[in-house]
Amino acid sequence: MVEHDETTRRRFLTWFLGTSIGALVASVVYPVVAFLQPPEVPEATTNQVDAGATNDPDLLERGFKIVRFGNEPVIVVRAGEGDFRAFAATCTHLDCIVEFRSAERLLWCNCHNGRFDLQGRNVGGPPPRPLAPYAVHVVPGERGAPDKVIVERI
Amino acid sequence: MAIGSRIGSWLGDRLPLAEIRALAAKKTVPIHRLSPFYLFGGMTLFFFLVQVLTGILLMLYYRPSAEEAFESVEFLMTTVRFGWLVRSMHSWSANLMVYFAFAHLASVFFLKAYRPPRELTWVSGCVLLFLSLAFGFSGYLLPWNQLAFFATKVGTDIAGSVPWVGETLLHFLRGGERVSGGTLSRFYGWHVAILPALTALLLGAHLLFVQLYGMSVPPKKEREPGGRSMPFFPHFALRELFGWTLGLAVLAALAALFPWELGEKADPFAPAFKDIRPEWYFMFMFETLKFVPGGEIAGIEYEAIPILGFGLAGLLLVLVPFLDRRVVRDGRSPGFTLLGALALVYIIGMTAWGYRSLVPVLVVLATAVVVWVLSLGSASGSGGGAG
Repeated sequence: MVEHDETTRRRFLTWFLGTSIGALVASVVYPVVAFLQPPEVPEATTNQVDAGATNDPDLLERGFKIVRFGNEPVIVVRAGEGDFRAFAATCTHLDCIVEFRSAERLLWCNCHNGRFDLQGRNVGGPPPRPLAPYAVHVVPGERGAPDKVIVERI
Repeated sequence: MAIGSRIGSWLGDRLPLAEIRALAAKKTVPIHRLSPFYLFGGMTLFFFLVQVLTGILLMLYYRPSAEEAFESVEFLMTTVRFGWLVRSMHSWSANLMVYFAFAHLASVFFLKAYRPPRELTWVSGCVLLFLSLAFGFSGYLLPWNQLAFFATKVGTDIAGSVPWVGETLLHFLRGGERVSGGTLSRFYGWHVAILPALTALLLGAHLLFVQLYGMSVPPKKEREPGGRSMPFFPHFALRELFGWTLGLAVLAALAALFPWELGEKADPFAPAFKDIRPEWYFMFMFETLKFVPGGEIAGIEYEAIPILGFGLAGLLLVLVPFLDRRVVRDGRSPGFTLLGALALVYIIGMTAWGYRSLVPVLVVLATAVVVWVLSLGSASGSGGGAG
């Protein structure tokens, strides 16, 4: 009987010690793991940016420019006279920034030869998805200033 | 279990596990009324380990530049989950580590544990203490707040008033003429790379010396007949582990109940406010300088005299084992005990005076009471209590 009691007490104490150590370890590990996860930083949501004048030298000569849309790059393409289009400039393949090749009338990614047409559709190379389109408005410039290109999230 | 023992035997074939086990079994700790003093070194080690862990975590968010340092700490404390806790623990643990390093030093000094053959253990320990102070001084600036900024201005300026080499020293510390973003980068480099590397080396040496020479028995106890000892594993290790658990609990309570403040961002063009003060362990020196009048003698400013004095005292402290020859001969050296007691009273007194508060005295008394209570346990036959 006494033997039996002793065993139970020892087992209880072992269990008690084990759970205490477990709780101690958990109370250290949990904060460390939580600390390691970077918090979500709320970004100022951008819905619309001014991409500059329609006669911007970049647009006229190269046919495109990359503008900052919040933290994302957006490519504005001059597809023709007064025809402006905008897409997310981040290639859907591996995050490179695309450019516009006016000779082939294609959006092209230098990294892995990914190609998109002027609707943003992935038409060649490795990209798996089309580029997200943005709306473009051409707003008349005030007091003789050139017209402005406004890019808006759809 | 089968897998566990198979891994064990696999490792045993490749590593000298049996030899290590035999070595560990041989390690003993003397038992006497003053045994609780042996715990202080281990407590310092524990808080150092907390510093390493929390310091590495802080590095993941901290940005060492005058433009971003304050904001990154603010972000860490307000947005990162448990960021406030990690930073508070780092700050509190730093203070506890320095406190226990001082307590360890004092107990080793008064128990004359620096006697041959342990001179190198003493010297490496002293250098480790100086490194801890350098850690504290450099870490204080990193949040780039007003208090730290001005305390660093004052602290480096004091270094600058050392005769002959002051100017060079000042430039070396500040990384330029003034305390600036350059100073911050420099202090960061010291704090996270240079000092940890030096500390790791010296700590390794210090612990090796402790293993080689074992724990010292105070001369008085050595003369008493029937010296007993307990095995380090598990008897002493469990006692130390109990201390560590208690230390963690105290640390967590302090960090949670008294989170370390951040204050205002440093502004080099704002006037310094009244309560600029260094960390508490520099307080006695800081306070001493306040008593020194302006003026100079033989081309040396009065201010430089106590600064040189503290430097000399630090050097003498390192050299104690080589200066105290009497303790080797007679097994006692009341002169050194008296000198140490005077220094201790001076340090505690000036710290309390600096804060216009009795808290420093109470903390030391509380430590003494804890050691005394533990010593009652050691005196009444630890052999029985150890099982």
